[in-house]
Amino acid sequence: MSAVVDTLRLTAEEAIGLVERGDVSAAELHAAYRDAIEERDGELHAYLRTVEEADGTSIPIALKDVISTKGVETTAGSKILSGYVPVFDATVAARCRAAGLTLLGKTNTDEFAMGSSTENSAFGPSRNPWDPSLVPGGSGGGTSAAVTAGLAPWGLGSDTGGSIKQPSALCGNVGLRPTYGTVSRYGVVAFASSLDQVGPVAKNVRDVALLYSIIAGRDPEDSTTVELPGAVVLPQEDRLEGLRVGVPRQATELEAIEPGVRAAFDVALTRLEELGAEVGECELPRAFDYGIACYYLIATAEASSNLARYDGVRYGPRSEGTTYREMVERTRDEGFGDEPKRRIMLGTYALSAGYYDAYYGQAQKVRTLIVREHADVFGRFDVLATPTSPTVAFPIGHKAADPLAMYACDLLTIPSCLAGLPGLNVPCGFSEGLPVGLQLIGPQLSENTLFRAGHALERSLGLDLVPERLRT
Amino acid sequence: MSISRDQVLHVARLAHLDLSDEEVERLTAELGAILDAVSKVSELDLDDVPPTSHPLAIVNAWAEDVPHESLALDDVFENAPAREGDSFRVPPTG
Repeated sequence: MSAVVDTLRLTAEEAIGLVERGDVSAAELHAAYRDAIEERDGELHAYLRTVEEADGTSIPIALKDVISTKGVETTAGSKILSGYVPVFDATVAARCRAAGLTLLGKTNTDEFAMGSSTENSAFGPSRNPWDPSLVPGGSGGGTSAAVTAGLAPWGLGSDTGGSIKQPSALCGNVGLRPTYGTVSRYGVVAFASSLDQVGPVAKNVRDVALLYSIIAGRDPEDSTTVELPGAVVLPQEDRLEGLRVGVPRQATELEAIEPGVRAAFDVALTRLEELGAEVGECELPRAFDYGIACYYLIATAEASSNLARYDGVRYGPRSEGTTYREMVERTRDEGFGDEPKRRIMLGTYALSAGYYDAYYGQAQKVRTLIVREHADVFGRFDVLATPTSPTVAFPIGHKAADPLAMYACDLLTIPSCLAGLPGLNVPCGFSEGLPVGLQLIGPQLSENTLFRAGHALERSLGLDLVPERLRT
Repeated sequence: MSISRDQVLHVARLAHLDLSDEEVERLTAELGAILDAVSKVSELDLDDVPPTSHPLAIVNAWAEDVPHESLALDDVFENAPAREGDSFRVPPTG
């Protein structure tokens, strides 16, 4: 069947059409993607493992390896969970299953979703489908590379400070970080609980909206979740009359933004105006000046607590030790990679006696300022727009030795995450032959507005988002 | 803002990490640099600002107190490195 189904260009909506009309069966479609994986994933390493047989009646999906899948190993990209086979499904995995989606496989991630390049995966990096010498972004580089390379029609990622939006920008696809609390985290390996969100990645905005409608809504198993205020609307309109788009001056004036990224972003802003939107400038000074510092205190503090559970007692490999403490300390030293250790250490320090108020406490107050700043600008604007990533995809190894340089990748995605706001990455052009992403940020629960704006923009731009080297 | 080798060892003990000497040395340098960067938050005077611990304004999510099936014991122990009867087996705590 792979000769008949061109997975490189097939959208999820088109794939569903093929299955519903009986043009292909769920099993044949699953097999077509398996063939594509066989052909191209040796190079890209988007998947940590794949599932041979279709177990549903609809189209396939790829799940980031932080999402528990009953009977299918789930490692979060870490040696400390190697061999761990969940005995239950995460709620999002169960909802995909209930919708008939077949699990294609588990995609690569920076260890415990900590990173911006997938180079922190204990099982080796993924590679960018536009140029395999480059990173696909991270932490959700596996899902993003899979969607762009036609190795899955769509997938789920998780986003703490940019792990869905940034890889979508670097690979040239659409990714949504939903409003905090709209998607269940039950069964999702926790990194920083006040920030973590699960969200969809796909080739276009309509597919992202459709997948969001499958996974979103209150889950009794996750008490932080809420019911959506209304149905998810699949976007159709091509015009944006009346939409007020704010561009934070601090975000666009950042020196770190590459000229080519800025140029593509500016063209997209002009296009939004041509579509009828009103584009104006706004100010978010604290969000961009203090966002990264605030994030790396809060996220690491929460991570140090969440990762305390990996102790070699209930799951995962165990290192030998003559006492309980020795066993736990050795298991953790041997099981965690450098980045989780760095973050556990930083977070433990920030929470320790004598430092709590100055670090974690102060960061939570800065977070309040960032929440308030965003609330103020949404009095005048419906959505905000910034580049998603200051740079296009960078070479593997380029930032791996400098944690602070890697943390700066998420400069533009972090502030809205701290405020619990939804963000949608939409490809907006190219620089040096590589995709550039624009992120649309809205108030809480404004996903339908983001879908409408993103859909009109992508339709108007009409970019070819299949990497040149894969076009036939 | 630097962090001493002794502080790193203290934090490693709190975090239950048996770091090698090489790791302690590297982390002392790296954490110093990272702390320099994140200490930026202390520039602001925020005495009157309340902390945000949760970005969505929901208060108490109540659930009916209805008993339901828990995981079967065999499932619970499925991934355990060592089991003894209905317990996880670990080395002595002493």
